Amino acid sequence: MIGYLLRRVGGALLVLFGLSIVVYGLFYLAPQDPAVLTCGKGCTPERLAEVRAAMGLDRSVVTQYGEFLRGLVLGRDYPAGPDVRHCPAPCLGYSFETDQPVTALLADRLPVSASLALGAEILSLAVGIGAGLLSGLRRFRLLDRLVNGLVLAGYALPVFLVGLFLLMLFCVQLQWLPFPTYVPLRTDPVAWAQNLLLPWIALAVIQSAAYARLTRAGVRQTLAEDHVRTARAYGFTERRIVFRRALRGALVPLVTLTAVDVAAIMASAVLTETMFGLPGVGQLLVGAVNQIDLPVVVGVTLLTGFLVVVANAVADLLYAAVDPRVQLR
Amino acid sequence: MTLLSVRDLRVSFGETRAVDGLSFDLAAGGALGLVGESGSGKSATALALLGLHHDATLSGQVDFDGTELTTATEHRLRAIRGAGIAMVFQEPLTALSPFHTVGDQIAEVYRLHTGATRRAARDRAVEVLGRVHIPDPARRAGAYPHQFSGGMRQRALIAMALACRPRLIVADEPTTALDVTVQAQILDLLDEVRTTTGAALLLISHDLGVVAGATESVVVMRDGVAVEEGPTATVLTTPRAAYTKDLLAAVPRPTPPRRIDGEPLLRLRGVHKHFPPPRRRSLRRTEKVRAVHDVTLDVREGESLGVVGESGTGKTTLARMMVGLIRPSSGTVTFAGTDVARRRGRSVQMVFQDPMSSLNPRRTVGESIADPLRLLGEPAPRTRVEDLLVRVGLTPAAYDRYPHQLSGGMRQRVGIARALAPNPRLIVCDEPVSSLDVTTQAQVLALLSDVRREFGLTLVFVSHDLAVVRQVCDRVAVLHSGTVVELGEVAEVYERPQHPYTRELLAAVPVADPEEARRRREQRRALAAQRS
Repeated sequence: MIGYLLRRVGGALLVLFGLSIVVYGLFYLAPQDPAVLTCGKGCTPERLAEVRAAMGLDRSVVTQYGEFLRGLVLGRDYPAGPDVRHCPAPCLGYSFETDQPVTALLADRLPVSASLALGAEILSLAVGIGAGLLSGLRRFRLLDRLVNGLVLAGYALPVFLVGLFLLMLFCVQLQWLPFPTYVPLRTDPVAWAQNLLLPWIALAVIQSAAYARLTRAGVRQTLAEDHVRTARAYGFTERRIVFRRALRGALVPLVTLTAVDVAAIMASAVLTETMFGLPGVGQLLVGAVNQIDLPVVVGVTLLTGFLVVVANAVADLLYAAVDPRVQLR
Repeated sequence: MTLLSVRDLRVSFGETRAVDGLSFDLAAGGALGLVGESGSGKSATALALLGLHHDATLSGQVDFDGTELTTATEHRLRAIRGAGIAMVFQEPLTALSPFHTVGDQIAEVYRLHTGATRRAARDRAVEVLGRVHIPDPARRAGAYPHQFSGGMRQRALIAMALACRPRLIVADEPTTALDVTVQAQILDLLDEVRTTTGAALLLISHDLGVVAGATESVVVMRDGVAVEEGPTATVLTTPRAAYTKDLLAAVPRPTPPRRIDGEPLLRLRGVHKHFPPPRRRSLRRTEKVRAVHDVTLDVREGESLGVVGESGTGKTTLARMMVGLIRPSSGTVTFAGTDVARRRGRSVQMVFQDPMSSLNPRRTVGESIADPLRLLGEPAPRTRVEDLLVRVGLTPAAYDRYPHQLSGGMRQRVGIARALAPNPRLIVCDEPVSSLDVTTQAQVLALLSDVRREFGLTLVFVSHDLAVVRQVCDRVAVLHSGTVVELGEVAEVYERPQHPYTRELLAAVPVADPEEARRRREQRRALAAQRS
């Protein structure tokens, strides 16, 4: 078990290392020069050279990358006019655009993305498992068809369409909810939930469709297995069979998918965040890419990679936890 | 006193009649065998007793201890399932839930029927696990089914059946998936359970030998009807119905000994086969799996050599090395003086265990048989293939059939025809009849000895079934943990086994003669007592 975790952590570090190299490399292949953007209009060549030196862009890519890695592990010092700014480890540098530490930017955005992801995931699981279970039981044919239809629709609908529709309906037509803005959970839990409700629903429409399909297939499969026949032969009620046996079997693939999905939403719900004006990680990334804000782009990418790697490890651990036949080696 | 009385039971699935007017009685504490080949309606009967059929129409009467089961409410049936009548199923791995520990599953059943506390149910689970001789039951109750061996799983299922002190235990092919020694242990256990708890036993099996030792009376089924019934001793020794006679005749029996002193055709010298371990558990070097370990033997020209052993003893690995499908890790396998792996095609052929998966499902069987001929450069092998099909008892029209359109016995005939096609001198058969019904098995065995005689073949016959080997083979090699522990003339080995493992194997073989079966049970108990 400990060996497994160590190997897992080692693998994760390798992935993140590779990822940072790729992002750095891609960035330098991009045709635009961030210094030109920062310098603005009417920039003289002398001024441009100054800016470039200040941003550290005058050194070779390899040197810059080395500096970056050093900063990440040990922290690093930036020249700021006459003074020196110390950026403590893990240092991801300062945004070219806003001059704020990237770590601070990320720390700012992460709670928003986490709120969005966790809420959406809980809603999706509740709806998905419920619908999947009902349609998996074969007892309600009509319901099964209905769920299937909705699942297909859920798959087909793009999130911005669902989002727009929800906004139009609840904020414009019915005026039941205010236009969403982000309110931190600590400030006002009710307002937090109220504002996030629509984005949660928008994401859950798609997500729960996937879960419903998976649950349905899992329930069907387990109900056809021999041990369910044994349970029947020993006088179990159908209800007990469904909840103690069938759902248990359906849970296995669901659990692993959920872990990966949480990470995916946290890192990449760009459309949803933009539509509902949520200042999350996805939004930060879009802005940074548009501005060629290298430190922020690298920071977000590494964070995303980190989340995905962690989620996969969590998924494996959960998989072993829910299925006793799985051994982690 | 009659515990279970079945009258004119009919079970049909749509148009198909699975059980067609079956009647029998089972006394309290008695043991009844239900025997028949696949499709005879045995299992359908078992499921019908407990109302476990989904989409079947039932008629007739099933009286269990004063309750009419065919008309009972679902609620009443649920109370009887497990508590009044307990089932032991065929596949113990899939019959237990993989997600719950063995102890929990037994305790759950007990709680369901008795309303006992968790603690009491847990104690009962440990108690019944001890009852079926699971070692260290308190600890093993916390294990999952996949952590048990096949025999232990079957014991666990029997423990589950015992949990609520049922009056009747229905065992549906409880030993089919098990090795012969484990099968004997399970049958002995069922017998012991019956005598100590007083529960009646309804034992369902395709194997007359299984039923012979464990039951008092027997019902022989065919196509959903009982063709004969009566005391086990009478039915199996002096059968009246023609079908029962056929079944008994199909049971393999010893043939007069032949002495073959031919030149060694296939020589195995110090053959080892090691496989890398399935997966590394740690950075330390792990033990290799020793499938075959230091086997030296000769296959003489013209003889039939049996290779017997239980699952995991390296039988199949050895068979594959004999035909050169895999190379030994060390040692040599030579055929008429040359390394068998260097010889191409023709002289050594193989008949595989599962004729369905060893034939390409997308090609006609004729094409499959024609392949080795084409390899030998025959441009139009069709007529030759049709001759072969006729030779193995099929029609030339079978050429254009696909494997799924044939029965199991017909598919194995195709497998034999394919092996015969390139005129081999040696055929290695790996469990060629283990997936077949007893009458089909007898036909295929007869075919094999016919073609052996006709084509002057040398046969290597790999099997877990000692009775079959005794009938077919001249000499036998007993394989245990990858090593040959005994090798000799069949009559010699079977009459005077030298190695303890051989003795254990032979004592475990089920026999159709009830007297002999009882004698062997005593012998097994004596052997077990000796060991402990």
